[in-house]
Amino acid sequence: MAIFILRRIAQGLLVILGVSLVVFVATRLIGDPVKVMLPLSATDTQRAAFEHQLGLDLSLPRQLVDYVGSLIRFDFGDSLWQRRPAMEVVFERLPNTLLLITCSLGCAIMLALPLGAIAALRPGGIADRVTVFGGLFGLSLPQFWLGLLLILVFAVIFKVLPTSGGGSLAHYVLPAVTLGIPSLARLMMLARSSMIDELNQQYIRTARAKGLDFRQVMIGHALRNILSAFITLAGWEFISGLAGYTVVVETVFAWPGLGLTALQAIQRSDLFLLQAIVFTVAVLIVAINVGLDVAQKLIDPRINLA
Amino acid sequence: MTSLASPAGAVRKPWPFAALLAELWNDKAAVAGLSVIVLLLLAALLAPWIAPYDPAAQSIASRLTPPAWLPRGNLEHLLGTDQLGRDVLSRVLYGSRASLLVGVSVVTLAGSFGVVLGLLAGFNGGRVEAMIMRLVDVQVAFPGLLLILLVISVVGPGMGTLIVVLACTNWMIYARMVRAIVLGVRQSPYVEAAEMIGCTAGRVIFRHVLPNLTSPLITLGILEFTNIMLAEAAMSFLGLGIQPPATSWGLDVANGRDYVFVAWWLVTFPGLAIAATVLAINLFANWLRVTTDPQEREKRFARAMAAERRRRRRSR
Repeated sequence: MAIFILRRIAQGLLVILGVSLVVFVATRLIGDPVKVMLPLSATDTQRAAFEHQLGLDLSLPRQLVDYVGSLIRFDFGDSLWQRRPAMEVVFERLPNTLLLITCSLGCAIMLALPLGAIAALRPGGIADRVTVFGGLFGLSLPQFWLGLLLILVFAVIFKVLPTSGGGSLAHYVLPAVTLGIPSLARLMMLARSSMIDELNQQYIRTARAKGLDFRQVMIGHALRNILSAFITLAGWEFISGLAGYTVVVETVFAWPGLGLTALQAIQRSDLFLLQAIVFTVAVLIVAINVGLDVAQKLIDPRINLA
Repeated sequence: MTSLASPAGAVRKPWPFAALLAELWNDKAAVAGLSVIVLLLLAALLAPWIAPYDPAAQSIASRLTPPAWLPRGNLEHLLGTDQLGRDVLSRVLYGSRASLLVGVSVVTLAGSFGVVLGLLAGFNGGRVEAMIMRLVDVQVAFPGLLLILLVISVVGPGMGTLIVVLACTNWMIYARMVRAIVLGVRQSPYVEAAEMIGCTAGRVIFRHVLPNLTSPLITLGILEFTNIMLAEAAMSFLGLGIQPPATSWGLDVANGRDYVFVAWWLVTFPGLAIAATVLAINLFANWLRVTTDPQEREKRFARAMAAERRRRRRSR
């Protein structure tokens, strides 16, 4: 177990290294940070001074060393837009995004399991067909459009919920629903299909034959066995939310989270802030991935951790 | 139910797709999906001839006209006009081109790259496989969209950038699937037999392994197409995809966003076009997956038999 965890952490470090390398190449070799960050009207001396200030006039290997140093110290310099340390901005906005993802994913998980299980009881029945169509429908809605429609209906026409911003509990409803619908669809479809497969297994028939009641069989046997796959997908949903898929929802609802900040950093050409965000998210994703693998092993001893 | 998989059955039929079409007809949702897809293809191909206006033509006099069926609407602009007086229907028709172009190019690029690498990994094994699969693992764990945003912001947005970036971040899923299938098929007796009697590697790959890949690859490609379409729309919505003189559904929704309080039709129709297209493709792909997968066919058959038995027991 310990060796397994260590190996996963090593793999995670490799991912972080890859991400950092892509960021370095993208910002230093492909793009020209000075050109991106300074206005067109800047003079050559201003450009040179700025380049010197950022350390971009040094040789490339030297820049790489400095860059790796900044990664290890978790210090990405000051955000040009906010005029304060980039990491400070990241830690201020990160909780908002985490809370939003947790809320929407939590609701999606609690709905997906029972809905999927009900559909699986009678494959091809009415509940099943409604679930499948509902799932496909949920997967087909572009999130930015769904968000705008929800604003149109609940904030403009009925005036029951706020259009945008953060703060009260009511502010969570529309963004969380918008963010959660595709996740709910995917989780529900998975719960349904794996439950159907599970209920067709011989051991379920045995359990029923020896007289266990149906609820016990569903919860104690079938549910336990599909939980591993379900948790993998749920974890993946969390990660993909963190990996930037909240950007759209946060933009539509002006949610003060990390995704919106990343977009604003792009619009303001604030490469340092963007770098800090990408790196933090990469570290978080790796940490969650390791945690998920361990959790899976604890839930399902059949999993081979090689 | 005649088996689709048996080549003999297909040869005897006057037209090989007849059985497939008959089966498609049984699933009305898939038929609806396919019709929407065909309509969309026609709209994209014939846009210059069927669109009532030039999508970029502005006319300030008729700006923010509501759709034809509303009190202030008129028949000249069926779906109304935007804040610059551009015809919404024409823009929706032209917008289908961007979605299709990006979707098809990305799926083709990422698909061919992923399939080649997957075949290499599945056949060569050893160090080549370890290297390719490590690359896949590492890239899957990347903070995808944020990295895409970073690269696009540095390179500069546009259709070309979007296609290349999306292709670079979406090839892994093909490689994974192809490798898994190849590994499974290689163990099967008929491939071992083919190798034993001295078939060349090329013959084994193309004659014996590739047919196993076609139907899952087609289904995966179609499903990926919808993902790419949604990604293109989202990127254009954020201002990092298709750029203004061109038209795209995501771009139009972003345009209408500031007018959502006074002109609901600006965000509704382009968004509806995206949702309807993706739903149609999903419905069709869902049918295709179940129909072309022998395991799924078996399950469906077993389910039908069970339902039949239940019905008979109840009537007794």
